[in-house]
Amino acid sequence: MTQDADSPPSSPSCPLPERGARRRDVLSTVVVGAGCLGACALAYPFLDSLNGTANTSLGEDDSIDVDISSLRAGQQLVVTWRGWPVFIQKRTPEMLASLRASDLGQRLRDPDSKILQQPKDATNWHRSVVPEIGVLIGICTHLGCVPSYATPSTNDKSGKYSCPCHGSQFDVAGRVYKEAPAPYNLPVPPVTMMSATHVRIGQSKGDPGFSIASIQQI
Amino acid sequence: MSKPETSPTGWLEARLPIVSAFRREYVDFAMPRNLNYLWNFGAFATIALALLIVSGIFLALNYTPSVAEAFNSIETIDRHVSSGWLVRAIHMGGVSMLFAALYVHMARSLYYGSYKTPRELLWLTGLGLFILVMIAAFAGYILPWGQMSYWGATVVINAMNAVPVIGPALASWLLGGEGLGSVALHRFYVLHFVTAFSIIGVIVLHVAALHVVGSNNPTGVEPETSDDVVPFHPYYTTKDGLGLCLFLMVYAVLIFFAPDLLTLANNYAMANPLVTPGDITPEWYFAPFYGILRAVPFKLGGLLLSAGSVAVLFAVPWLDRSPVKSARFRPVLRWALLGLFIAFIALGVAGMHKPTGLWLGISRLSVAYYYAYFLLLLPFLPRFEKTRPVPASLRGENR
Repeated sequence: MTQDADSPPSSPSCPLPERGARRRDVLSTVVVGAGCLGACALAYPFLDSLNGTANTSLGEDDSIDVDISSLRAGQQLVVTWRGWPVFIQKRTPEMLASLRASDLGQRLRDPDSKILQQPKDATNWHRSVVPEIGVLIGICTHLGCVPSYATPSTNDKSGKYSCPCHGSQFDVAGRVYKEAPAPYNLPVPPVTMMSATHVRIGQSKGDPGFSIASIQQI
Repeated sequence: MSKPETSPTGWLEARLPIVSAFRREYVDFAMPRNLNYLWNFGAFATIALALLIVSGIFLALNYTPSVAEAFNSIETIDRHVSSGWLVRAIHMGGVSMLFAALYVHMARSLYYGSYKTPRELLWLTGLGLFILVMIAAFAGYILPWGQMSYWGATVVINAMNAVPVIGPALASWLLGGEGLGSVALHRFYVLHFVTAFSIIGVIVLHVAALHVVGSNNPTGVEPETSDDVVPFHPYYTTKDGLGLCLFLMVYAVLIFFAPDLLTLANNYAMANPLVTPGDITPEWYFAPFYGILRAVPFKLGGLLLSAGSVAVLFAVPWLDRSPVKSARFRPVLRWALLGLFIAFIALGVAGMHKPTGLWLGISRLSVAYYYAYFLLLLPFLPRFEKTRPVPASLRGENR
């Protein structure tokens, strides 16, 4: 047993096979190819798990009910739905009138809400289910900042949104003005009016098939 | 240097010779020509560990180590995260596959005397790996914060407390002053992945030691001429590859067809410090040690014998006095070793049953035999055993 210590067992050299032999090239290629396929299949669940819960929460009811009885005309309330800020406004007659002003149309990118940024029952001049209550997802379509609400004042009774990041402007129905970078109107979530003072956000009675994931851009 | 430095491989070779080192250690490396399929299990364990580490990293991305959220985050991984159920099944199944591979790997070393000169360090680093794997498995089992997690941890920490002098200090370091709560859970989480990554480091030592002394073989006779060896590639890459395919098939069956075969339903109930589940059983891979613990009717005695059953393995290279490596040529030891394997398995089965009546008797008998094998048979059997003639070369068996 002593010769082990003096001469390591790896010292006898192997009769090496000839390099460049072609007999088994096809077999080798197939084996390596199958191994790569297996590695890709194995990688799939790991990479897929990086999507997190994004693909699985769609089937669940994530609607929220909001009591707006304390909201006064001209005010807005901010709630959270799916982690997004959602603006709920109670519009004054002056605000509604400003939305129908004749000169407004040319200054807006999409005055008739032709681009899918809202459910069907909000594809109208006031972009909401009922004219007096407006609901918008408060995320600027430029680069995602939250626009701030300018409450109607004695100087400007119409009210508007302006984004603090890059100056995009929206009217009170969330329609974007042409002279600013944001490309689309503010998104409107699916909304059902449960009563005059009670809004359900996340379900649309007028457009039940609507999915917020299908809109042009959040 | 054979290649000009202008070629990309030559440039790399001059600065960091990893390509030639890889060729030397994994392509042209001389292996005994007579290895059987039991020599596949080291590769199996490496692959199982690699899958455990990858799946563990992806699980960690979705896991929250706090008492309030741990259980829910695991449920979310299982039910909501895309492919999360699969990643977790790979991780949980991987533990069983790793332990299974390690037990066969160790049993092979005991049978063919792979722990003997000059491979003592190979055996010792391997045992170090085994202990690290056990620590990682124990810490990992606590993380889902189910009933078995909580009560398993409680029992082990109380056991640790019973160890004189160092026990209470160790337990206190683990728990962080308060009881088994968020602080402790966070520590087990850190312990889990620190041991997991330490294992990689020790594997490097283990494999480096293997490449210095070379693989043992079924005859236990060291290779001497070039007729005794074959290059690692293609001979053992294909042999390992075939075995690996079978290993992965068993692994896949476990993941896809029996994901709950080796898990305990109790652990899908959230930890409740007020109620201990009716039947505390360990995972199968800890069952033999749990069996020893329950076979001894004294608190400290059970702990010492249970820990000692691993500790005694460290002394095996010096306990075994026989110059003959392989049990092929040791007719008595061959049967004695079979008895050891049966005793170990019997302890495992007993560990899963209530320690009463027949099971208590079986486990006590098994503990006695386990220690007798290492402390009496290994040192003293060579004085009486008549070994069969050892062939002059490792090809002797195949002639």
